[in-house]
Amino acid sequence: MNYWKDYQKEIAGDDYFFVRSCIRQNFFPGAEKLFMEVVRDKLGKHLVEDPEHTTCTGIGYHCDVVPLETIMTVVARHFALMNASGLRNLVISCVTSFGIYSEILDLWHHQPELRERIAGYLFEATGRTFQEPVNMVHSSDVIYCYRNELAAQMKFPLVNRETGRRLRVVDHIGCHYAKIFPARGVGGSEFPQVLAGLIQAWGGEVVDYPERRHCCGFGFRHYAVQENRGYSVSHTKIKLESMKPYEPDLILTNCPGCNMFIDRWQYTLEEAEGLVYGADGQKIPVLSHEELAGLILGYDPWEIGLQTHQVPVEPLLIKMGVPFQPELKYADRQGRLIGGGVLQNQSV
Amino acid sequence: MSERLKHNPDNQSSTTSHRVAVIGAGPAGAAAAQTASMLGLAVDWYEKETFAGGKLNRYYQLFPGREEAEVVYRDLFDPNHYREVNKQFGRFVTGIEKQAGRLRILVDESQAKDADAVIVANGFDFFDARLKEEFGYGIYPRVITSPDLEYHFKTDISRLRRGEEDPEAVAFVHCVGSRDQQVGVPYCSRVCCITGIKQAIEIREQFPRCRVYNFYIDIRAYGNGYEELYRQAQEEYAIRFIRGRVSEASEDQYGRIRVKAEDTLLGKPVKLTVDWLVLLVGMVPACPELMLNGQSDSHGNGRSFLKADNPHASQAVASCPGLFLAGACSGPMSIPESVASGRSAAVQVFEYLKNRNSSL
Repeated sequence: MNYWKDYQKEIAGDDYFFVRSCIRQNFFPGAEKLFMEVVRDKLGKHLVEDPEHTTCTGIGYHCDVVPLETIMTVVARHFALMNASGLRNLVISCVTSFGIYSEILDLWHHQPELRERIAGYLFEATGRTFQEPVNMVHSSDVIYCYRNELAAQMKFPLVNRETGRRLRVVDHIGCHYAKIFPARGVGGSEFPQVLAGLIQAWGGEVVDYPERRHCCGFGFRHYAVQENRGYSVSHTKIKLESMKPYEPDLILTNCPGCNMFIDRWQYTLEEAEGLVYGADGQKIPVLSHEELAGLILGYDPWEIGLQTHQVPVEPLLIKMGVPFQPELKYADRQGRLIGGGVLQNQSV
Repeated sequence: MSERLKHNPDNQSSTTSHRVAVIGAGPAGAAAAQTASMLGLAVDWYEKETFAGGKLNRYYQLFPGREEAEVVYRDLFDPNHYREVNKQFGRFVTGIEKQAGRLRILVDESQAKDADAVIVANGFDFFDARLKEEFGYGIYPRVITSPDLEYHFKTDISRLRRGEEDPEAVAFVHCVGSRDQQVGVPYCSRVCCITGIKQAIEIREQFPRCRVYNFYIDIRAYGNGYEELYRQAQEEYAIRFIRGRVSEASEDQYGRIRVKAEDTLLGKPVKLTVDWLVLLVGMVPACPELMLNGQSDSHGNGRSFLKADNPHASQAVASCPGLFLAGACSGPMSIPESVASGRSAAVQVFEYLKNRNSSL
């Protein structure tokens, strides 16, 4: 639709400086490695990362334990690392970080004296100077930008191999991807396209359900303070109840936090209240954009770490016709089992 | 008054050599063309459509008295109420220029026609409800605007049924593209509140078992009979008025619309599921090209309503000599106000030309 032209953000085509996510690489360790492989090997693009890159401190900031000046200085340092690499296009793995970086750039734009103060702190602490990125996107933006190129290499489309029915996929872009700055998200915040575009390009059907824009339940402090976790899970429940009548085959996430909570709280809700939200008494698998890219491209599900999700992904693999070896789900690279026993009670 | 003029050759001859262009054939343009012709002026009447009536053609009943729009149309456009008028319908006026003391109308981008005075009555556009993304207009089929609903009433209101079933619930959202800085429309469009009240009553009459909700900021029932209709809507029609803005609309699995809002009087969030969500859209300026002398007052997506030179003295006289304003091109107004405004503009054109003659 012509009207959404304001939300067609510019996504650099090559030469990316990649910054990782604290929680993505901890919760789903295969995802970022996979993203880099897809961008480098499947798309043939230049992408570098720097081992000196640190957390952006975003979770600490949103939980009120990291002051604004501190997080700004940390982000300024990340820009300095990017400058040192000679690259100008920043790709951010985490939606929380993406929101943080966007907010800081906006603050500096409106308050140049604040930027100067932070530049002073950075120089005092590290001797570094910095320039802002020319292009700044989330990692899903890059996948979106090349969704058709990836579709051309696709081995397993989002189609039920047995019935031929397109798989129904719920997308969840995460509050900080576009709700803070709608123009920085592909498609804006109300009808975002960044994940919907992947689903459509890869053969699936996008489910638009009433609570599509509702928070995943993370809420930072709502989760970080243990006493508040009931509040967190109750919000995830609102989403799951709203999507249940559509019988989704998959939930596709943008943000590692959302992925974590929509995944783990399904387990919690089943254990605590016996509630299950997928069709046929199964929970709904939750994958991130790069994980889904890996699946359609034919990566081995256990090689890309899909066993680290709490909700079993096997029903989805069977529907898509992706081959997998059940006995190797919890095996290390030498084939030794590494503690999958505690999860064996789960229904697959 | 026109009868008296007909029998007064002095008055008639003093102005018939003058040409006045009326741009627009909605209610304001009709009133202006009618009055100007009856005052003995030669009228060139431009209208971009091939027919007269403007938005009135798509209306069902008019607030607050519920007159049929067709009856009002017939009265306004009755040929017996006009003297000779040169109708230029299906012609699009692209601009107005001033040359050597006369005004020049640019038509269809290539032709030009001189005029001694111009009455701009090109009306307004409805606010593009797609700009309020959170309501999903243009995406969810059961989210419609007030002019859409008006047209359903006029043509076939049974479209609101689901098969044989009457709708169970309908909600109206006030101030969509009115009093909203976020979309660049800071002003009040004045007539949407009463439109929402009228349409809510019409829904209840048509579908007596349907629940009807109106989400409002505050009800501005300023005109004669408006407040009475507002009270009637509550007392006789049991329409529920909820003070609070709707934050989001989304579709459920049956295609119905799920509405999230806050009831600011109760201080509580509310969620409703309705069969239809009606957006009461505001009025925004039409055709910015018609602005002369760079008149600008950037409202409504960068466009501007045309401004009177001295609104306290006359709403109709623009700052450029010979240019007059009629109807909603100068700001939101109702049909009776537009008609009065059109007649007023024509009378002031008559006075202007008469005074210009005597000063030459």
